[in-house]
Amino acid sequence: MIHTNRRLKRMGNKLLFTGPAIFSFLAVVILPFLYGIYMTFFKWDGISSVKPFVGIKNYLEVFRDYDFWTSIALTFKYVIATVILINIIAFILAYLVTSGIKGQNFFRTIFFTPNLIGGLVLGFIWQFIFNNLLVTIGQKYGILLFSKTWLGDENKAFWALVIAAVWQYAGYMMVILIAGIMNVPKDILEAAKIDGAGGLSRLRYITLPLMVPSFIITIFLSLQRGFMAYDVNLALTKGGPFGSTVFASMFVYNKAFVRFNYGVGQAEAFVLFFLVAAVTLLQVSISKKMEVEA
Amino acid sequence: MNIKKTVQKSFILIVLAVLLMLFVFPFIILLINAFKTNAQIINSPISLPTTISFNNFKTAMDIMSYYNSFINSLFITVASVTVIILFSSMTAHYFVRNNTKYSKFFFLLMVASMIIPFQSIMIPLVSIYGQKLGWIQSVPRQTLIFMYIGFGAPLAVFMYHGFIKSIPLELEEAAKIDGCNQLQTFFKIVFPMLVPTSVTIGILDILWIWNDYLLPSLILQNAGSENYTLPLAIRVFQGSFSSDYEKFLPAVLLVVLPVLIIYIFVQRYIIQGVTQGSIK
Repeated sequence: MIHTNRRLKRMGNKLLFTGPAIFSFLAVVILPFLYGIYMTFFKWDGISSVKPFVGIKNYLEVFRDYDFWTSIALTFKYVIATVILINIIAFILAYLVTSGIKGQNFFRTIFFTPNLIGGLVLGFIWQFIFNNLLVTIGQKYGILLFSKTWLGDENKAFWALVIAAVWQYAGYMMVILIAGIMNVPKDILEAAKIDGAGGLSRLRYITLPLMVPSFIITIFLSLQRGFMAYDVNLALTKGGPFGSTVFASMFVYNKAFVRFNYGVGQAEAFVLFFLVAAVTLLQVSISKKMEVEA
Repeated sequence: MNIKKTVQKSFILIVLAVLLMLFVFPFIILLINAFKTNAQIINSPISLPTTISFNNFKTAMDIMSYYNSFINSLFITVASVTVIILFSSMTAHYFVRNNTKYSKFFFLLMVASMIIPFQSIMIPLVSIYGQKLGWIQSVPRQTLIFMYIGFGAPLAVFMYHGFIKSIPLELEEAAKIDGCNQLQTFFKIVFPMLVPTSVTIGILDILWIWNDYLLPSLILQNAGSENYTLPLAIRVFQGSFSSDYEKFLPAVLLVVLPVLIIYIFVQRYIIQGVTQGSIK
């Protein structure tokens, strides 16, 4: 009797402590993930009660879906551009604000600010800049580059999205890189200085190699965010002009919720997931090899 | 040597000042144009406003039902973050103190699930809670909070897990000898020690949920505008008011402002929290 009581109590504690978190986690992450796999084998428009089993037909359709792969290629191009630009600018910012000048906290605070705004609103702000502000300035002062809105031109709309993303994330990556710079041992830098190494060679041979762990994080984060970009894409270009800037997330969204092709949409969502997982795992494992010890 | 240093320092300062201008410029543009009329905005978007009028703010607030959307955002954020902090810390504590197969399995499952991007499960999510269970139609806001708890739990459990491991077991044993049960021990001894981690998780999750767009748009889309959060409510200006900048820009400013005001006061904690959250 006492024995069962204690067991009941232990069971109750387990449920009380872990039940709510585990239940909600299973219900909104694991269950949809599994149900998602199931969905890819059926043809469904999201409304009708008829859901014919189609086997791997949805996956075959994914591979034949030219627009999907165009969107994936565009997303790759966007990821490459944003990852490079965000990390270079973030490093320049981090390097400059840690160089011992006055007011570095102030600079840090300002550079970080764009990261606090949601992607949608951020996109709206840049939409005003590209559609209105730059056009007015361009026409007034005869600057050809800005005289027509960037968002109406397929190529320039792409770069408008890149600029907005750099503005959004550079400050965020900066604070992570600052932590990395701070961890470079001062005595090694001093020793190199005494040995006659200049500022640039200290940067090239000491600071940068020792910062690899920080770059692993910032590149990982910017890769992931780039692949999954949706909010700014929606607010700034809505995928336009003429569907030329539809990134993968928006493509998947439209496939299911606009064109009501749930099966194929979900299959494409999984393809996207595997691509992202593969790229990020590859990145981490490659860059782990570049790590050095102080 | 000294001259060289001064030159170097001023050079860095100039570069930083230029970069600073580039970073602040969108905010300044927003600020100076939010007080202008349409004609002024279109003719001279870079000049300072000649008169400062708050009329457009009033209209903008009415159009997007600002108060109502603000309260919705606040309620959803506070409720979700509170529950995430409470239940995730309890779960992490149980996992650390009961190193059973059950604990190991669910902890690993949570950690592994963090690589699943939201976009790759949003379609089945909507199918289950919309078409199948009908929760999205009957209790949209509660469903949204429930989902935030599920999506927020893995990272929170993971972060608490790392911290709780460093708390000595003796403290909890002492409390137990004094007659505390497991729940009392947790709330009297462990939870107060977790405050730094709770602050970090709180900051990360508040920023995420307050600014989130995709999930609320899927859940609250058809629930009527009285259920909208701020990012959903502001879309009203993209439709019928699309070039009506004199109302749109004040609205954007009003959505951005609450976060910026809080940032001014606790920026150190926010930057620290976000850094710690991403390094882990």
